[in-house]
Amino acid sequence: MSLHPTPDLSVWVAAFLTLCIFSFLYRDNPFYKFAEHLFVGVSAGYYIILNFWTVLVPNLGEPLLASFQGRGVVTARDGMFAASLGDYRGWLLIPALLGLLLFTRLFGKIGWMSRWPLAVIIGVFAGLKTTGYAQGDLVAQIEGSLQPLWTGNPATTINAIIFTVGLLTSLLFFFYSREPRGAFGVVSRVGIGFLMVGFGAGYGYTVMSRVSLLIGRFQFLLGDWLGLR
Amino acid sequence: MSPLERLARLDRRWIFLMMGILVLIPLLWPLRMEIRPTASSKTFHRAIAAIPDGSTVLMSCDYDPGSIPEMVPMTRTAMRQLWEKNCKVVVTVLWPGGPGLVDKVIEDVALADFPGKRYGVDWVNLGYKPGNEAVMVLMGQGILTAFPNDYRGHATRSLPIMQRARTYADFPILISISAGYPGTKEWVQQVQARFHLPMVAGVTAVSAPEFFPYVQSGQLVGLLGGMAGAAEYEKLRNESGDASRGMDAQSLAHVFVALCIVLGNLVPRRRAGS
Repeated sequence: MSLHPTPDLSVWVAAFLTLCIFSFLYRDNPFYKFAEHLFVGVSAGYYIILNFWTVLVPNLGEPLLASFQGRGVVTARDGMFAASLGDYRGWLLIPALLGLLLFTRLFGKIGWMSRWPLAVIIGVFAGLKTTGYAQGDLVAQIEGSLQPLWTGNPATTINAIIFTVGLLTSLLFFFYSREPRGAFGVVSRVGIGFLMVGFGAGYGYTVMSRVSLLIGRFQFLLGDWLGLR
Repeated sequence: MSPLERLARLDRRWIFLMMGILVLIPLLWPLRMEIRPTASSKTFHRAIAAIPDGSTVLMSCDYDPGSIPEMVPMTRTAMRQLWEKNCKVVVTVLWPGGPGLVDKVIEDVALADFPGKRYGVDWVNLGYKPGNEAVMVLMGQGILTAFPNDYRGHATRSLPIMQRARTYADFPILISISAGYPGTKEWVQQVQARFHLPMVAGVTAVSAPEFFPYVQSGQLVGLLGGMAGAAEYEKLRNESGDASRGMDAQSLAHVFVALCIVLGNLVPRRRAGS
């Protein structure tokens, strides 16, 4: 095993900043603070520029400019408002105006105008989420939960029984209109057991995710930076 | 002072150090522990293997640099499997920080393993578009309508690959590699449920338990969960990538965490007893 450090300066900078962040594990220190502040500043600048060039310019600026200049997508007709021919670019003035209204929050007296674009955003997303959730989760999951308890295969039969018991007891645990005593209390406690298994699986996966990040950084330091091979 | 009492006063930095060592050692000297693919990883692999050769596939890579260790190995392996089948890949990225990263990852796979694959013909990066679920629904009305330009600034209408990728109906499968919102959940809700497009997903480990019900119900044909899922996928493809190399460290770290939990539960019991 030998070292082959990279000559790439950007990798050295990334490695230095990684070590700065790792230093927090020992205690808070100026190197960590430096890397933290640098990250916040660079991220903010990066996302502002990114959103300007990948969101505002191609989705609003360029289409509006083209329609102002009379360059229609449909050769049969030039102009801004050729919706009947499938060209809706001129109508982008409306979302542009709504977008600008969001900034009225910065000016006390007319701040109420920012509620209009917020109403549109909330309305559209409520509609999308409701229909998506109903179709993708509610109906499909109920349908998926209705499965035969006897499948002919002992392994899948046991799976189906465990699944159904877990589903029903977990649901009954959340039935708060009755005190969990007697048989109902036993069922609730079984439900808690299934929920605990679920939480445990979730915790295990969370550990895996966090350790993966650490492994990723170590792989970067050992491979990309030090060139250990 | 008994060992348990000493443990109760242990400086947490010893735990950090121990974790660091346990992760570092297997990366330097691999233990080569066995990786056994799970059923959901096998079905992920099989679903892609089953699509007709030469198909045009939709792959949404919804992540950013924060989840590179889990998402990038999945993306690389999926691209290799798709290109071995001579599939064309239409890539979308609904996270603003992702398009540049995804572009580089796919470009690197092309350069290293498939030098004949050309941008615009064999793959395209449609890039980022704001709107989350609204973009998914808009794509249902036409991919070109939702993405008039790609990430590199080309008019999508002019790209050869887009000539046969106009609506969701043109894709035999949707591959979602996702690290959160918007991601796999939204693709299931807005696209799989509405357009009945078969779908497989690779997700971060932290979000994986949320998606197993979709596998159970058949909404997801296959699922890769975190680095373990990525390693299993590599194993199924007989590849040895970053995910496989990281799994020894992952296993040791998990054993250590389990040990810490057991010891951590013994300490307060001891205190209560005394």
